[in-house]
Amino acid sequence: MFDQLKKRHWLTVLLLTLCSSTAYAQLNIFACEPEWAALTRSLAGDGAKVYSATTDQQDPHHIQARPSLIAKVRRADLLVCTGAELEVGWLPLLLRKSGNAKIQAGQAGYFMATDHVSLLEKPAVLDRSLGDIHAAGNPHVHLDPYRMQQVAVALVSSLVKVDPSKEKDYQENLRIFTLEWRNAISQWEKQAEGLRGKRIVVNHNNWVYLERWLGLERLAVLESRPGIAPSSSHLGEILTQLSANPADMILLAGYQNDKPALWLSKKTGLRVVSLPFSPSNEENLIHWFNRLLQPLLSADS
Amino acid sequence: MTKPLVMAAITAALFNSNLALADSETEAMKQQLDALKSEYGQAIKALEDRLLKAEQSAQQANDQAQELAVKVEQSKASQPVSSGQNSFNPAISLILDGRFASFDNDPEDYEIPGFALGNEAGLREKGFSVGHSELVMSANIDDKFFGKMTLAFDDHEGEVETELEEAFIQTLALGNGLNIKAGRFFSEIGYLNQQHAHTWDFADAPLIYRGLFGDQLIDDGVQMTWLAPTELFLQVGTELFSGSRYPAGGRTNGIGAWTAFAYVGGDIGIEHSWQLGLSHWEANDVEGRESGGHEHGGGEAETPSFSGDSEINALSLVYKWAPNGNPKNQQLKFQFEYFDREEDGEVVMLNSGTPPEMTSYDGDQKGWYAQTVYKFKPQWQVGLRYDLLDSNNRGSDADVLAEAGLDNENHNPQRYSASIDWLPSEFSRLRLQYNQDKSYGETDHQLFLQYTMSLGSHGAHQF
Repeated sequence: MFDQLKKRHWLTVLLLTLCSSTAYAQLNIFACEPEWAALTRSLAGDGAKVYSATTDQQDPHHIQARPSLIAKVRRADLLVCTGAELEVGWLPLLLRKSGNAKIQAGQAGYFMATDHVSLLEKPAVLDRSLGDIHAAGNPHVHLDPYRMQQVAVALVSSLVKVDPSKEKDYQENLRIFTLEWRNAISQWEKQAEGLRGKRIVVNHNNWVYLERWLGLERLAVLESRPGIAPSSSHLGEILTQLSANPADMILLAGYQNDKPALWLSKKTGLRVVSLPFSPSNEENLIHWFNRLLQPLLSADS
Repeated sequence: MTKPLVMAAITAALFNSNLALADSETEAMKQQLDALKSEYGQAIKALEDRLLKAEQSAQQANDQAQELAVKVEQSKASQPVSSGQNSFNPAISLILDGRFASFDNDPEDYEIPGFALGNEAGLREKGFSVGHSELVMSANIDDKFFGKMTLAFDDHEGEVETELEEAFIQTLALGNGLNIKAGRFFSEIGYLNQQHAHTWDFADAPLIYRGLFGDQLIDDGVQMTWLAPTELFLQVGTELFSGSRYPAGGRTNGIGAWTAFAYVGGDIGIEHSWQLGLSHWEANDVEGRESGGHEHGGGEAETPSFSGDSEINALSLVYKWAPNGNPKNQQLKFQFEYFDREEDGEVVMLNSGTPPEMTSYDGDQKGWYAQTVYKFKPQWQVGLRYDLLDSNNRGSDADVLAEAGLDNENHNPQRYSASIDWLPSEFSRLRLQYNQDKSYGETDHQLFLQYTMSLGSHGAHQF
């Protein structure tokens, strides 16, 4: 038996030497969601290979710790995720299984966007009877362009920590990003002036930051509790509520089950506006925000 | 003649002077105009500039105001929710499990011919019972280590038994894909073995797990794994165990058992993912591994005790599919596992008199199961499972082998299972399961109604 063990030991040593001699020319960056992949791509530039663990069609709460993701985290130099317990069901396992010291919690390669901005809707009472709530607050901060800007600034300092040799490039990328992003914000705000005060019904409470930014008023949430499919009695209540106090539209993320929203739309004649919750593959942030606002603007006209 | 000439000359002169006069006036006006133009131009430009500046500063003010607002929210939000000492407590979760079981046959008669059952193998109680409740605590210890402990509470014939199911530390900072785990933990042999029973898709273990491990293989020792830096998931590892726990048993010092395993896996497109595993477990010099005895009308139970060498080879395959790779709404999961155990040694019947009955033993037990679970709605899933076992055990004394439960009685144990689960949230599950169990000669119809609830911190589940 010890002979066999010895053999395995040699194999391990050999493999170790092989892998430690591998030098990475590019930074490998593992983003949990496409929005952070897009932001990272514009800030890190060509010096980085950015991988997004999820697509805009996937619910980031419910991802499984798939072998392919473990293999990706194994090689990552930097992790860019939302945090605030959004990825609590899968990210801790990826970290523990990766055998990668660089991206463990507290290391330079561990970046959680929600650590760098303020969160809305921090629950006063933590009780699971209220659904799958996040103790730190609502994590979907990427829908507020101002918070996105704050995250960009923080992310650049993380990039610099991970790869100090490219500090100038990162700062320059940040400058360009900020310029373009500010211009875009003022354009969006002009376009979306008419949306201020519009009353909306949402499927899941993940539009808080967009609502706050555009001045939308949320009348109801179809899920009676976060993460729990809407019950018919709750939908009935919403229907009565809306007949007394009508809304302007129903908002839905592309990846969500559209049945409850369509049901309500049929009953009330309200338009269901399906929005891209995250950028699609390789899409840049400005393009995605344009695409995000477009359905809202056309629903309004 | 001269007069008209003079007149003409005067006229011409006048006209010319007039023209000259007009010319100079236009020039002046032109100049004035130009001056005005440039003046106005400058003024307009200045105005435009001022406007632009005003717009810019308005934009800046707006940005600053927004950022300020965000910061105000931040200061409001960053109030600590709990006092400092508490926030460093480990993540605690509690698993509550209970069930109602109905069996046609007496669960006490349960056996799998050809497999000597040990550890927790068996059908457990009929009627209402609190199943396997667990208290789990885990946390990062520092930047180098992670630690986890699981206490399991079982009700056994009216007495509550507490079992230390898991208690291990694991490295975080070795890097290069290396991980070391030490303590008591679930062995990485097979796919289901590494998972807590409450995450299983059926209320009971596959027959082959019941037959070989007494449901699950847990032992004390150390585990080393290495993950290759490749696109494909490739993990190899080994475990060294004390071998003091079933199905090794008996050894109290040194390395009583060891394993080696390799897993590969990946995605096919966005919707499909898979994992394939090969694993090997080996315990040489097993001394006195006892398995469940048969009581023969009062008296002390005659208990079979095995000494010798034992090894298990296993193959596992898992495949999952979710539309758009989004398992929240719909998911299909298929898993297949095959195990083969070979043993060589002798079996002694304890308490069978002096000298005790004994036989040489050359055993081969194998089996597989395949199961499919389909989550067709966010809160509902159905499952189907099939189990099949086979064994071929030889020994010098066939009667003693038979008494030890190692005679297969020309029967291939098999079982069909079907289940339906309701998942009101991520933290709760109600399950109805039916088994047509042909583990031994008499077919048993089994029905389980089970609840499994998870309280406290949100655990992460394995693939």
